[in-house]
Amino acid sequence: MNFGNLLKIALKALNNNKLRCFLTMLGIIIGVASVITMLAIGQGSKNSIKAQISEMGSNMIMIHPGNMQRGGVRQSADDMQTLQVEDYQTILEQAKYISAVSPSVNSAGQFINGNNNYPSTIYGITPDYLDIRKVKIQDGIMFSEQDIKSAAKVCLLGKTVIDNLFPNGEDPVGRVVRFNKIPFTVIGTLEPKGTNSMGMDQDDVVLAPYTTIMKRVLAIDYIQSLFASAKDESLTDQAIDEVTGILRANHKLKDNADDDFTIRSQQELSQMMNSTSDMMTMLLACIAGISLLVGGIGIMNIMYVSVTERTREIGLRMSIGARGVDILSQFLIEAIIISVTGGIIGVIIGTIASWLVNAIAHWPVAIQIYSVILSFAVCTVTGIFFGWYPAQKAANLDPIEAIRYE
Amino acid sequence: MEQKTLRQIIKVEHLRRDFMVGSEKVHALRDVSFTINQGEFVTIMGTSGSGKSTLLNLLGCLDTPTSGQYLLDGVPVQSMSKNERAITRNRKIGFVFQNYNLLPKTTSIENVELPLLYNSTVSSIERRKHAIKALEAVGLSDRLYHKSNQMSGGQQQRVAIARALVNDPVIVLADEATGNLDTRTSFSILVLFQQLHARGRTIIFVTHNPELAAYSSRNIVLRDGKIVSDTVNNSPQSALEIYKSLPVDND
Repeated sequence: MNFGNLLKIALKALNNNKLRCFLTMLGIIIGVASVITMLAIGQGSKNSIKAQISEMGSNMIMIHPGNMQRGGVRQSADDMQTLQVEDYQTILEQAKYISAVSPSVNSAGQFINGNNNYPSTIYGITPDYLDIRKVKIQDGIMFSEQDIKSAAKVCLLGKTVIDNLFPNGEDPVGRVVRFNKIPFTVIGTLEPKGTNSMGMDQDDVVLAPYTTIMKRVLAIDYIQSLFASAKDESLTDQAIDEVTGILRANHKLKDNADDDFTIRSQQELSQMMNSTSDMMTMLLACIAGISLLVGGIGIMNIMYVSVTERTREIGLRMSIGARGVDILSQFLIEAIIISVTGGIIGVIIGTIASWLVNAIAHWPVAIQIYSVILSFAVCTVTGIFFGWYPAQKAANLDPIEAIRYE
Repeated sequence: MEQKTLRQIIKVEHLRRDFMVGSEKVHALRDVSFTINQGEFVTIMGTSGSGKSTLLNLLGCLDTPTSGQYLLDGVPVQSMSKNERAITRNRKIGFVFQNYNLLPKTTSIENVELPLLYNSTVSSIERRKHAIKALEAVGLSDRLYHKSNQMSGGQQQRVAIARALVNDPVIVLADEATGNLDTRTSFSILVLFQQLHARGRTIIFVTHNPELAAYSSRNIVLRDGKIVSDTVNNSPQSALEIYKSLPVDND
């Protein structure tokens, strides 16, 4: 018995029962299509989170004061005054894995332009901050080193602030706005970035030299936090270690003392968000997997009924010389044809469905090659696995009884 | 042993077949021995329970005897494995059943080709050639591509006979082959069997209908698992004459 003949026999048998064959396939089609669509949606949302994070600077490192105990009492990070301008300068000069670093001090308050006012936050930074946070200037210029030295009262406005202070669409560059009672000259505007993945408005921001904020607004001599960029995303851990070393040395901490600062990297954030979206993907894949399993059971069910229904045919085939293995192969091939064809149709429908989800619901999707291969493999295995039992049953029929079966 | 040059197609010696029904042992065949030579048209008769179905299953290599010997075309069957018996059925035996057992929604030619599909030594071109030849032999050369459900009972049985002939078997085993047909059609099938016999086919026709004995060359009667008579009929009646004498049914 060669394979070509077996295939011919199986195809012929399926062809004689087109509707039943299609209905059986439907289970597999739905299973595979949902696996592919669900994984595409899962991966799509993961990709979009990743894109948003890298937009915020995927190699960003944030250094905050903290982790300090005074007489056994942990202190709030806001009260900490452990980060100094000197720390910023040392990191700037010594850190090899850091490509950019900027101190950050901020103050919330009311911005006033004529009879418009708006509450926002002013950030005191250096020009490096633009690189670190991937912020771009739309109009005007960034302030200079000279402005930092002289603590110049200049600022750059984000789009939300502009919209509220200049509702009639005037050009804010060159105008003077007041922050609380201090006048700042607007020297530039920032490109809009929209909301970040946590829903915060990234355009509700005003940037100014850190020295100006420290001296003229807050009147403090410490800095509230530091932003830095590792030279590369993969060097984030080394950069963190390096900065830790520099700060510990600067702060003269003993070997057994805790750090008096905390370092967070964007990587941690991205890992956290990835694990969330991974969980969601897993959940979706599980549901889809269950429907694939149900589809497989459908195959077994139909094949089982089919064996009973075709007992006489099996008996005839045996009496004219089909061996048990021929009958087994025939039914197995039928099951595999159903599942593989269902798989192919499922892949096509899954792809179309993913595309529709993207086109209609505007959800980000990314069809995974592995999900296509995986669901296809699962299909074939399902076909063999669930086809095996009925096929075995058919092959073990007694031809004498089968041929006279009514 | 050498009686003329006739080939011994079937030789059974002391054949026994016991079945266990519940805890009781049923002796379906008790010590049956006979020989069938090439070119014989043998009818095997008996009432239900006489063991004729059991004998047919054994002769058709569907079953193995409890004891005794069965040589088919010189090859002992009782020592064959299941697969060897399947191959023997495929190459040496042609079955004709009472209810035709054609594949539904399948053309005559595909039905007839079926046994050769299970023989990988036959190419698809030969397969088609043999199938057409077999259908011609049963007078259905104009019905090659008719589906089984588009044909009358007599035509279906002819297709089934063509299927039994397609592998050029050493023996054709017919099991109540006319049982489902009306008298006229039954005789047309009998005519066909007589024609095949005349062309040298060896045929065993199992039936419970005693009238059919007149048309075969030899008649074996079974009762309670034993042969009660084995008679050679040197002048079989012509089924064709009876067939011609029967009125054509046209209502």
